Amino acid sequence: MTVRVKFFAILRDRTGASEVSKELSEGSTVADLWRELQKDYPKLAVPGIRLLYAVNQNYVGTDYCLREHDEVVFLPPVSGG
Amino acid sequence: MFRVTNEAIDLSELVSYVTDPEAGAIVPFIGTTRNNNEGRKVIALDYEAYPEMAEKELARIGEEAKKKWPICKMAIVHRLGAVQIGEASVIIVVSSAHRDAAFAASRFAIEEIKKTVPIWKKEVFEGGEVWIGTQSGQPLTALK
Repeated sequence: MTVRVKFFAILRDRTGASEVSKELSEGSTVADLWRELQKDYPKLAVPGIRLLYAVNQNYVGTDYCLREHDEVVFLPPVSGG
Repeated sequence: MFRVTNEAIDLSELVSYVTDPEAGAIVPFIGTTRNNNEGRKVIALDYEAYPEMAEKELARIGEEAKKKWPICKMAIVHRLGAVQIGEASVIIVVSSAHRDAAFAASRFAIEEIKKTVPIWKKEVFEGGEVWIGTQSGQPLTALK
């Protein structure tokens, strides 16, 4: 299956990409996707950063099972206001 | 009204939006860009959002506020892009029959924005720039 990943803020800076498509095996979770992305972007794991995870614009946990065409975002610490 | 925008935020437009014949109070909150942070001399703040989700989260905050307090209407607009010192980065306006509800809902909204809405600010200061942010998510090591 293919999912779409968007990068924002510090993660966009570290990957140099704002959006990528990623091929995953069926049953892959958010955590699996993160592991795969780290192979593509070794600089992705910012030391000490805490992330939140969103699929199709809703917050999810790392064990969330992804589906075809899901839009996944790894959210670095937010700082609006 | 819950949105993000690249334009300067118009306070009077938001006040008009929440004006209601049932309301006896309108509380505006304006978050502005400060010229210093943690000893650094700040030149500007550059805001970025995951826009679709940010607007959804702002609307969720509005719904939650309505459940908690008897408010009439709420508007939240957050600015994106470069915001110069002294300009508004976020404006929240709430109307209610009595002032306590509007004050409480406004305070709740700004605190929630800082915790859950996918908006990030990059501080441009003398000598560099840095992404700002603290939140309680899972450390990256939890995913390894």
